[in-house]
Amino acid sequence: MKSIRRKAVCTALAAIAFGISAAGSAGAQTPKRGGILEFVVPDEPPSYDGHREGTFALIHPVGPFYSLLIRINPDNPSSLTDIVCDVCVGKVPAPTDDNTTYTFKIRGDVKFHTGEKLTAQDVVATYKKIIWPPEGVRSQRRQMYSMVESVNAPDDSTVVFKLKFASNAFIPALASPFNWIYQKSVLDKDMHWYEKNINGSGPFIFKEREAGAFMRGERNPDYHHKGLPYLDGFKAIFAKKESLRVQAIRGDRAAIEFRGFPPAARDDLVKALGKEITVQESVWNCGISFVPNHKRKPFDDVRVRRALTLAVDRWGGSKYLSKIALVKTVGGITYPGHALSPTNEEMQQIAGWWPDIKKSRAEARRLLKESGADLSKEYKFLVRGVDQPYKIVATWLVDQWKQVGINFKQETHPTGPYLNILRQTKEFDVSTDASCNYVVNPLVDVTKYLSADRSSIQYGQFIDRDVDAAYDKMIRLTDVKEQRKLMLDITKLTLDTHANQFSILWWHRIVPHRSYVKGWKISPSHHMNQHLDNVWLDK
Amino acid sequence: MNTEAIAVGLPRALPGADAEAELVAARRPFFKALGKWVRDQPLGAVSGIMVIFLILVAVFAPQIAPFDPVEAHYDAMMTAPNAEYWLGTDQFGRDVLSRIIWGARTALFIGFTAAILGGTLGLVLGVASAYFSGWFDLIFQRVMDVFLAFPLIIMALVAVAVFGTGPDKVIIAIILPFVPRCARVVRAGALAIREMPYVDAARALGYGHLRIIMRHMVPNCMAVYLIMLTTFLGQAILIEAALSYLGLGVQEPTAAWGLMLQGGAEEYAESAIWIAIFPGLAITLAVFAFNLLGDALRDTLDPKLRAR
Repeated sequence: MKSIRRKAVCTALAAIAFGISAAGSAGAQTPKRGGILEFVVPDEPPSYDGHREGTFALIHPVGPFYSLLIRINPDNPSSLTDIVCDVCVGKVPAPTDDNTTYTFKIRGDVKFHTGEKLTAQDVVATYKKIIWPPEGVRSQRRQMYSMVESVNAPDDSTVVFKLKFASNAFIPALASPFNWIYQKSVLDKDMHWYEKNINGSGPFIFKEREAGAFMRGERNPDYHHKGLPYLDGFKAIFAKKESLRVQAIRGDRAAIEFRGFPPAARDDLVKALGKEITVQESVWNCGISFVPNHKRKPFDDVRVRRALTLAVDRWGGSKYLSKIALVKTVGGITYPGHALSPTNEEMQQIAGWWPDIKKSRAEARRLLKESGADLSKEYKFLVRGVDQPYKIVATWLVDQWKQVGINFKQETHPTGPYLNILRQTKEFDVSTDASCNYVVNPLVDVTKYLSADRSSIQYGQFIDRDVDAAYDKMIRLTDVKEQRKLMLDITKLTLDTHANQFSILWWHRIVPHRSYVKGWKISPSHHMNQHLDNVWLDK
Repeated sequence: MNTEAIAVGLPRALPGADAEAELVAARRPFFKALGKWVRDQPLGAVSGIMVIFLILVAVFAPQIAPFDPVEAHYDAMMTAPNAEYWLGTDQFGRDVLSRIIWGARTALFIGFTAAILGGTLGLVLGVASAYFSGWFDLIFQRVMDVFLAFPLIIMALVAVAVFGTGPDKVIIAIILPFVPRCARVVRAGALAIREMPYVDAARALGYGHLRIIMRHMVPNCMAVYLIMLTTFLGQAILIEAALSYLGLGVQEPTAAWGLMLQGGAEEYAESAIWIAIFPGLAITLAVFAFNLLGDALRDTLDPKLRAR
């Protein structure tokens, strides 16, 4: 465990070295109280339930209304391991009983916005909903907690997690920024209540939402972290068009967009505003991928799926797409550079990552011919209606596939309908997908690629018991070398041998913001560090 | 039946001296008549040439376009206009000129289909409404009022939201708001035609409703119909561009002017301005040409305006 932590820390340092952070100097200044932070959000939340969703469109405007049991340190969000208590007391507890028991003490001063006290019972009810959701209740990340045996509250201030086996994936999984603490009494009455309503214990209280326009929150005077938040409130302005968001910042109608802009937008803002704009950049714990629908012909044929990945020139894509989209790093299914991730040399052995694209495409054409796939047909490529990077990468992908003779017609939908197609109707041949994670934790991140009956965020509808078995074995190990070997197996099975789903490129996060926004620091995830309780305005 | 008169889109049975003059004019040799029209409507002639040019560009796009419009040249991304790429390249390195040429196909296909279908449906419904009058006319016109209450683009947006995106859905989205507009204008003219003696005569001869509407009333509304059609063409091109710009019309990588504007205007307005300028210019000129042609046709075909 120590070894993996050490390696993770090294990776974190490397990640920070990659990043250009101009926010470091902010720590030297004394924060000022007051002001309304206006920020732009590229999409609207599909629902209000954090346990159900996995999108920035929810966490940016709604995250500040909720508390978490533990969270990434808001003063050090670039770290991959610096996790601190939010509603628990003191430091994140060390495991006992052969590393299988975690006991959290809950603060006594945390209140829901309705005025009721938050207790250990609420935390337990929340995690039971996340880990073992009742039938008909969707939990986006339940597969991340396969090591959990039970969660109980022996009294109102104690929460005990009992694990089936020791796992260094547990604490990072627990620190998910989506694990908002809900009220037990509300969940007891209606498990779906939080899908359409908001009642948290976070630094801001929900005030209003104008659909299609904005969402507003006001300072919570009873917030448990005394003296915080600094802001009087925030206004999240929904603006789907990137040009609108850039112009909003340029015209000072908004101070920041937390997700990230492409390089051209950064350059325009810096050119126009000079010192009035500060740019924070970081490698991004998000990978864009595409997933074939395994239940549809001809994508039920592994040869066709392999042809799809072989057609894609990832190395060339990295060079060219990084100029116009927020993607850059070539990688597999886990965060590039992490101790458990394959090296570039190992990746180049995998179909679709071969350095010789001509050879790769020749093989793709051969496989398509051999499979007898109908190449006269135009297949349906489902695309999430968000410009960056989905629509840009999708256009590039269609061009890549065309070069081996398989034609796709793009069908773009806003986030809500898009997710509905992936989750419910499954009316697509191939779809864009993304694996956006928060605390870098490959052991948990690869759960997306488990069989459909084990992963709620795997949309290809494939069942792969080889991957499941390798994962079950890996999650029980604590030796990094052994884990790494199995991780490579899972990567090869997923991307090559069984050709289940395919990562394309990893994202590169660029956040240009008004220089008067202080306290907010970039992290490798646009989901993390969005409580806004330590953000202040230097105006 | 005077087929010559119908062929040039003139009313068959206008009363009085106007009708007489029409028939005489219609018998003139085509080129002589065309020459007179050009002299009378110089702007219309210019717009006519522009429209013909646009149609030729669309028809011969594969022969004219220097590059495949969806072929990406990644080594030449966002290249400014030069000898190889006359209008530069977009963010994927696709030739802007080739995409504009192919985009004319998309614009005209959607424009013509939507305008003809929407206008024709409006024509038939408008004439039927005037012919039957009474309760049918009353109810039908109130339904049209509901449709007319929505601005054109809003109506199209609603339709796209219901039917989805793609060229076929965009055509439906454009047809929907066109039908009531055409029906309302045509009905006004058809109300007068309904009272004409030849319609009474047709009734007296025992002709069915369909025959009277299709053979005696609809042809006499052709002048209005043609004017509406040209106006609709410009509007259809504009709506298609607007929907594509909003990401609700045709989808990438199809060459479409609105889509080109969306990709270029958003991110590269400062660094690669040509990506947005040229498709914007294409939309402007096409709409301008169709609108001018519509005006000229109206001046020519509307007897009241011609009398002035």
